[in-house]
Amino acid sequence: MSLKIIERKVLSGERLTEEDAILLFKSDDLLTIGELAHYVSRKKNSDYVYFVVNRHINPSNICINRCRFCAFSKDKGDSGAYTLTIDEILERTREAMALGATEIHIVGGLHPELPYEFYIEMLRVIKREFPAVHLQAFTAVEIDYFSRISGKSIGDVLLELKEAGLGSLPGGGAEIFEKRIRERICPEKITGERWLEIMRTAHRLGIRSNATMLYGHLEDYESRVHHLSLLRALQDETGGFQAFIPLAFHPKNTRINGANYTTAIDDLKTIAVSRLFLDNFPHIKSFWIMLGKKIAQLSLLFGSDDLDGTVVEEKITHSAGAMTDEFLPKGELIRLIRKAGKIPVERDTLYRIIRIYDGADDHQPENNKK
Amino acid sequence: MERMITNRRITKSDALNIFLKEDLHKLGRMAMEVRWRMHPERKVTFLVDRNINYTNICISQCKFCAFYRSRGDSDAYVISMEELFRKIDETVSLGGTGILMQGGLHPELPVSFYENLIREIKKRYPALHIHALSPPEIIHISRISGMKVIDVLMMLKQAGLDSIPGGGAEILSDRVRRIISPRKIKTEEWIEVMREAHRIGIPTSATMMFGTVENAEEIIEHLDLIRNLQDETGGFISFIPWSYQPGGTKLGGLSATGIEYLRILAISRIYLDNLVNIQASWVTQGTKMAQMALLFGANDFGSIMLEENVVAATGVRNRTTVEEVVRLIRDANFIPVQRTHLYAPVRVF
Repeated sequence: MSLKIIERKVLSGERLTEEDAILLFKSDDLLTIGELAHYVSRKKNSDYVYFVVNRHINPSNICINRCRFCAFSKDKGDSGAYTLTIDEILERTREAMALGATEIHIVGGLHPELPYEFYIEMLRVIKREFPAVHLQAFTAVEIDYFSRISGKSIGDVLLELKEAGLGSLPGGGAEIFEKRIRERICPEKITGERWLEIMRTAHRLGIRSNATMLYGHLEDYESRVHHLSLLRALQDETGGFQAFIPLAFHPKNTRINGANYTTAIDDLKTIAVSRLFLDNFPHIKSFWIMLGKKIAQLSLLFGSDDLDGTVVEEKITHSAGAMTDEFLPKGELIRLIRKAGKIPVERDTLYRIIRIYDGADDHQPENNKK
Repeated sequence: MERMITNRRITKSDALNIFLKEDLHKLGRMAMEVRWRMHPERKVTFLVDRNINYTNICISQCKFCAFYRSRGDSDAYVISMEELFRKIDETVSLGGTGILMQGGLHPELPVSFYENLIREIKKRYPALHIHALSPPEIIHISRISGMKVIDVLMMLKQAGLDSIPGGGAEILSDRVRRIISPRKIKTEEWIEVMREAHRIGIPTSATMMFGTVENAEEIIEHLDLIRNLQDETGGFISFIPWSYQPGGTKLGGLSATGIEYLRILAISRIYLDNLVNIQASWVTQGTKMAQMALLFGANDFGSIMLEENVVAATGVRNRTTVEEVVRLIRDANFIPVQRTHLYAPVRVF
C-alpha cells in the first residue's frame, strides 16, 4: 500500500484524516512512517529530546474500580494491599528531592475510605516543605472520584487542589475512549466523555495536562484512531494538552484473556502515527518503563521527543509483568539521547528548559559500576 | 549509495562513511535492499537448539567475560557424559535439531576428551547437528596436543563435528584484543582456523562482539576480513553481530544502546554481500529489538536456545519460546520457518 498521498500531506503540513491514520496503522512500511514522524518531530522540537528528573508515588493500590487490564489494584484486605501515610509520601518526596527531582508524579487507586481532605492535605504538606516542586497528580478518574466523595463540582475540586499545590494533571485513565472496548476492559471506570469533560474543565481553569492511550489489548486500529481524533478535537478547543503518551498494555496478572505483550513494531508505529495525527500536540512522550530502554531510544527517531524521567519507583506496569528497571539515572537518559544523535534537554513539568546538554562533557552514568 | 544501487561492491571507505553519517532510516533501507536481493521470499528463519558449555574453567580469562572460572573455584565444572546426554535428550524431545557446544580453555583436559565428546554424541545421536568448538578452542587443542590445526580439525570432523561456531572473533583487531582479551588468539589465528576449516569442508559462522573499546574503522575492518575470507572460501554460513554485556566483567562500562546495534547490523548486511545469512541477537538485545532487526537487514532470528549460560552470566536474562518467535516474525509480516544449523527448512509456520 503506497503512502505517497500521506507523505505529500505531511510534507506540506496538511492535517491527516482518520482514514489516513488507519491506513498508516495498516501499512507495514514502518521505516517510511517513522521517517515522516521524525520529520514532524524535528519541525516541532528540532533535535531536542526532553526528560525530567522525577519520582512516581502511588499513595494506595486499593481501588474500587478493579479494571480488568490492571494488575496493580487490590481490594481492601487483600494481601499486598497498602496505603501510604502522608508522612511516608513526604519521606519519598524528600528522597526524590535529594536526587534533584523537580517533579513528583502522584496517581493512585480509588480508595473506598480515605476522605477528600486526605488528598488536599497531601499536596499541602508536600508544598509546605518543598514549595518549588511541581506536583503532577491525580488522573481525571481520581478527580471524578474526589468530586463524588466530596459532593463538589469538578471545577471546585480542581480549584481546591490547585490552591493546595496541584501543578498539572497526568494523562492517565484515558485507556480507550470507545464504549464497546471500554466496557470490556474497565466497566467501572468513568466514560470517555467524562474523561474529556474533566480535561476540558482543567484546561479552562489553567491547569495543563497530558493525555494517554492504552493500546495492545482488545482494541483495533479504528478504536485507536477514534481515540486520537477525540484528543485532537479537544486540543483544538483548549490547547491545554502538553504531551501525548501511548501506553503499551502489559498482560501479566491481568484479566484480559488472550492478550499478549505488544511488539516493537506496534510500539513504534503507534508512536509514529500519534506524532503524525496529533498535529496540535507539542510533545509525544515514550514511557521507557513500558517500552524498555532500547525501544524508547529508537522511538526518538520514530516521532517521540520525550523520555519521561528517572521515575525511581514504578509499581503499576511492574505489577503487570514489565521487565524493565524502575530507575534510570539522569546520566543514562543523557547517554541514550546522545547516542540517538539528539540533544538532551532537562525540562520541568511544564516543558520549561532547565538545562541543555549540548557540551562535550559526556556524563558517566552511575549505574553499571560494579 | 550510487554503488549500492548499481550493485557494485561497497568499498571500505564508503562503508565507513555511511556507517558514520547516514541516518538510521536510510541505513535500514539500504540494508533491506541487500536483504531482499539475497532473500527474495518473505521468510525469516530460526533455529531450535541448546547451548551447552562443557566447562567454565578457562585460562583465557577475557576481561569482557563473566562466565569463566578458575580451577578450584567453588562453581567451576566440567560436564559429565551423563549430564550431557540428559541435556541432549531434552533438546531432542523439545524439537531441537542440534547443539551449540563450547567451553572454556581448560588447562588439563587432553585432546582425547574433545574427540571422545564429539564421537560419543554422534554415536548416540547420529541425526543431531554438532556445531561446536570455536577457533580459540581449536587453537587450544592444537597447543596442548602439539597437533597442527588442520589435523585437529580433521580429527574432529572424523569424530562427527558438523560445523564450527564463529565465537572468539570479538573484534578482529589486535589492538582491541590486546586490551579486552590479551590471552586470546589473535586476528590472524582466528582467520586461519576458519580458512582451514572451510578448506576441508567444515562450514562455520562468523561473529562480532562490539561495544567495548573499538572504533568505527575497526568495525569496518572486521567486516572486511570476513568478506575477504568468504570470497576465498565461501565457507561462512552466517554472520552474527552482538553487543558486549558488561555485567559482572572486569572490563565493566556500559552496554551499547539499541540504535548502535541496529546501525552495526545494517552496515553488516550492506557490506557482507557474499554472506547469505545475517542473524538477529535476541539474547543480547531482547526480543523487541530482535524483531526490529528484521527491518534492518537480519533474515534470521537465531536460535531460541533452550539453554544459554554465557550471556546469562552477565545478568542479562532474555528468554523466548518458539511460540513467541513465531508471533514476532509474523507480526513483522514475514513467514516463520524453523531451520537446521545449515539453513535447511524444517517446518514452515
